[in-house]
Amino acid sequence: MTKTHVTATVNGDPVEFLADPRETLLDCLRDHLGLTGSKEGCGTGDCGACSVLLDDVLVCSCLVLGVEAQGARVETVEGMAQGGTLHPLQRKFIEHAALQCGFCTPGILVAAKALLDRNPDPTESEVRFGLAGNLCRCTGYDKIVRAVLDAAAEMRGAQ
Amino acid sequence: MAKDETATFRLIGTRPDRPDGLDKVTGRARYGADVQAPGMLHGAVVRSPHAHARILRIDASKALALDGVKAVVTRADLPSGLTGEDWNLQENTLAGEVALYDGHAVAAVAATSKLRAQDAARLVEVEYEILPHVTDVDEAIRPDAPAIRPGAADHSVPTGSPPNLVRQIDFGHGDLEAGFAAADLVREQTYRTEATHQGYIEPQACLGQLGADGKGEMWVCTQGQWYIRRMCAAVLGIEAAQLRVTPSEIGGGFGGKTTIFMEPLALALSRKAGGRPVKLVMSRAEVMRATGPTGSASMDVKLGMTAEGMITAAKVTFRMQGGPFVGASPVGEALSCALACYTVPAVHHLGLEVLANRPKAAAYRAPGAPMAAFAVESLLDEMCRELQLDPIEVRLKNAAHEGTKASYGPTYKRIGLVETLQATKTHPNLSLPLGPNQGRGVAAGFWFNHGGETSVSLAIGEDGTVQVSIGTPDIGGSRASLALMVAETLGIPYENVRVNVVETGALGVNEPTHGSRATFASGKAAVESARQAIAQMCRRAAAAWGIDPDAVEWRDGAAVPSGDNAGKFPPMTIAEIGAAMGSTGGPISGHHETTAGGVGASFGVHVVDVEVDPETGRTTVLRYLVVQDAGRAIHPAYVEGQYQGGAAQGIGWALNEEYVYGADGRLQNPLFLDYRMPVASDLPMIDTVIVEVPNPGHPYGVRGVGETGITPPLPALANAIAAATGLRLRSLPMSPPKVLAALRARANG
Amino acid sequence: MNYHRPTSFEQASAIAAAAAGVTRFLAGGTDVLVQLRAGTVTPDDLIDLKHIPGVKEIAPTAEGGWRIGVAVSGADLGRHAGLCADWPGVVEGMRLVGSIQVQGRATLAGNLCNGSAAADSVPGLVAAAARVSVVGPQGRRELAVEDIPAGPGRTVLAPGELIAAIILPARGARGGDAYLRFIPRTEMDIAVVGAAVNLRLDGDRVAEARVALGAVAPRILLVPEAADAILGTPLDASALSALAAAATAAARPITDRRGTAEFRREVVGVLVCRAARIAYQRAGGAAT
Repeated sequence: MTKTHVTATVNGDPVEFLADPRETLLDCLRDHLGLTGSKEGCGTGDCGACSVLLDDVLVCSCLVLGVEAQGARVETVEGMAQGGTLHPLQRKFIEHAALQCGFCTPGILVAAKALLDRNPDPTESEVRFGLAGNLCRCTGYDKIVRAVLDAAAEMRGAQ
Repeated sequence: MAKDETATFRLIGTRPDRPDGLDKVTGRARYGADVQAPGMLHGAVVRSPHAHARILRIDASKALALDGVKAVVTRADLPSGLTGEDWNLQENTLAGEVALYDGHAVAAVAATSKLRAQDAARLVEVEYEILPHVTDVDEAIRPDAPAIRPGAADHSVPTGSPPNLVRQIDFGHGDLEAGFAAADLVREQTYRTEATHQGYIEPQACLGQLGADGKGEMWVCTQGQWYIRRMCAAVLGIEAAQLRVTPSEIGGGFGGKTTIFMEPLALALSRKAGGRPVKLVMSRAEVMRATGPTGSASMDVKLGMTAEGMITAAKVTFRMQGGPFVGASPVGEALSCALACYTVPAVHHLGLEVLANRPKAAAYRAPGAPMAAFAVESLLDEMCRELQLDPIEVRLKNAAHEGTKASYGPTYKRIGLVETLQATKTHPNLSLPLGPNQGRGVAAGFWFNHGGETSVSLAIGEDGTVQVSIGTPDIGGSRASLALMVAETLGIPYENVRVNVVETGALGVNEPTHGSRATFASGKAAVESARQAIAQMCRRAAAAWGIDPDAVEWRDGAAVPSGDNAGKFPPMTIAEIGAAMGSTGGPISGHHETTAGGVGASFGVHVVDVEVDPETGRTTVLRYLVVQDAGRAIHPAYVEGQYQGGAAQGIGWALNEEYVYGADGRLQNPLFLDYRMPVASDLPMIDTVIVEVPNPGHPYGVRGVGETGITPPLPALANAIAAATGLRLRSLPMSPPKVLAALRARANG
Repeated sequence: MNYHRPTSFEQASAIAAAAAGVTRFLAGGTDVLVQLRAGTVTPDDLIDLKHIPGVKEIAPTAEGGWRIGVAVSGADLGRHAGLCADWPGVVEGMRLVGSIQVQGRATLAGNLCNGSAAADSVPGLVAAAARVSVVGPQGRRELAVEDIPAGPGRTVLAPGELIAAIILPARGARGGDAYLRFIPRTEMDIAVVGAAVNLRLDGDRVAEARVALGAVAPRILLVPEAADAILGTPLDASALSALAAAATAAARPITDRRGTAEFRREVVGVLVCRAARIAYQRAGGAAT
């Protein structure tokens, strides 16, 4: 099976890898680039644990082929913290105990960041619908929603 | 009122950041599928597409001919002669003569890449003879049902019983006839629940290596590394101590990761592939088809009640299936939980376990209790309505308390149901007005909690920091709770304690994180270990000071001379003792192992407000309240998290989640798309009240909080829908088609 | 599997026409990748259309309508003010497909070609009388949206034919459309029932109408009897009850894992009325 050479930018760094055309972007991130922060919970776009930004668009990386990332910019949970400084969402998730097992957390953080980029002052309902593509089975979402609202408030205050 | 104010603590009851938080928000935390090993192969599993079929032939020649395929394993590669649950585990790992359910593994392959392994798995040819099947519990118990495993029934089943009835449980106390005779109202109803899945987001994943010398290693996502070790060893016929099992971070379990499914296959493939490590990761469809959902249930309940609301007698008959294996259904637990909330003068329980062509059930959060609560708490609500009695007052009147002979046998020690009901009664949610098509439901729930085999070690570092080695994987923040308890005991900062979940080689046997036991049992053992270390540190200080060890106290992280010696020497801190320990007698540690006793049950009461769309039958959860006795909340945020998570799973079970089997016996909804777990927009905030009635059996009063919370939602939702619509739904899930059909049936008279 | 990245529709068509095995076109990929992963469809040739110029554009047509490129995602549709103003029902249908993540990829054309009777974006397109621009070895042709699906998972497109764009007619004055679906959860489900209504008013009366129903038959239904039920009416109670009855009568649903036939038959009547009221208001009619 012929593999395709792919070059892309991941979290600001140039990367290249050889992808089987059947491999998803998630497979490539995890298995070829060692970026295992993005998780596979379903492989069908129903759980959001693999959420990444692809050229600034929030996508499930399990629904993108690795070869489609040619020339693209990809941002994953590993790129959220700037140097040693956590993104406010990351900090608020810890503060609010918004994670239990933590498996859905990377995808939810990426999706929440995309949400706040679009809408810096969401209502509770907007947060809930904005994260409806991210399943969490541990928390009942309560503390996740609170953490996102609190992070949004802090980020608005910081501007 | 709810918080226990009788004791004051420095750290317990605070909400520090969890120690694994940073790793988990940055993507660094390593879960089951996140590791690679040198020379690693990838596995894939061939599964039966049939619910019940004789395996006539397995031909792997085409798969083996594919480049990069290194091993194929079938049942012939596993030892024979196993019995009892070991045989069940082996049979479930790989089918022998007969595939017993849709998704049952029949072979496994290992190859140099994931895609190649999957391609190879598709090339394995299996010839089946399709046999008649049955998946529904009520159909499976019929005398004319297709026999799934003739001869499997245990001694409890009378001869001449239906072929799939394999276990019968019968217990109770009191004079049932007299009890019902004393009642003003006697009602009997039948309730049904469908199987649901734990729905952990992380699929099963492991990386296993096993050599020809019988020595092996495994990295695995599990709730219990020693269970993995014991079960894999049994299935493969190797020695347990030769298998070293390291638990990964775990992406949810809820009971479903307390046992094995495909883990032995990684080891068997590795052994056959010359000892190369094999990684095996399930797809979501494999998780749904072939791990361990809970059973389905069909339940008869009969209750007697006086006009004032006193329960006089209760009789429950539960029929449950847990797949094709004896002992897999939670029927025993369901019976024991059914009336555990109440003082019942006369009670009789009958449980009937039935085999069905479904996956082997595993534990799911308070296994059995939610089904039982759905039946009993629904009927209780129906009778309260009929007698026009307040549902909380009736529960208060009948509530079990210290000294009550529990429905399942023992006599309760200090428990907190009454306090929980009282806290519920005064909560502001109870006085909020409701609009049209809205209704409020109340239900109570119970879980035993569990102690279990526990081994913990603690060691003082050279700088006075402390490491704690525990054997219970941390699923919901238990490392934070354990660090709090150890730091509290030692009088040191929370940050100075590091709690490590260790591999099987590092401690004696620990049961998994199950039964709501991690904070209770590992916590109890960790506190005892800390006390041992304190005693040792006091001896070191006494020796340095030349005084009797009994004249040394431990206070605020330091040894302090006491009594006549008080003030004679400056306190010797844990850091000073740690720095000197090499020359004062060697390393200082504490170690405690036990089968933990002193377990305290946890009771909860939920109140839910719903609105039902009369045109579509859709139920919207407007608000939700969980009130539960924690004993003591070590880290309240993670206690709330358990309450909220349990409620959310229960809401899913009540409203939309279910295993749907087609007439062909195949699972119709093996993806999250159609297995409808609640999404963020389905739920409101989940209000919580932590009641604290300390458990005298734990040094800090912990009861365990993980499981009770999934028990009340099923009946609470049913009771709320009844309040909103006047309709009683006795079959889960209460999905829109069922609600609408009930509304129409009423409209049509 | 061979992955192709053509830069023109003609090239894409030629690759597909020359392919011997299973061919799939890739735009959003939200169905193709799921099938690939499940092993239900493993294409021999996968033809990625996203590198063809113009496929991500929404452009006005000479007739006053809109031409939506084959790779325009749901998120792109939702951000396009002009399209949202003209055809809110079409846009809301597409926006209901999957999550925000899925919206970042999924396309109208993909939803249509997947051939599902429950496709959320299709009833709105059918009600809007949208057309499809098809490129094939014999050149270009245009078809009505409702003529594309041939049944579950199948289309009428010939080998080598593919969709280049979806064309919406001019909205015109006093028109409005709406799409509603029923799902048990609030998000992430496939429609159990879907109903789209597109209408034009003359005064307070419905002068033109098209009604399309989803998930109540093997194909998405255009139901002229349902449209007739509200024509000439001010969408009053009797018109709505006739509309509901016509929709229920047209439905030929099955019972499956997502819902029962009885439920679908009844709820399609409920939803079609709710959608009609929204469309009526969007067309400028007073609330009923």
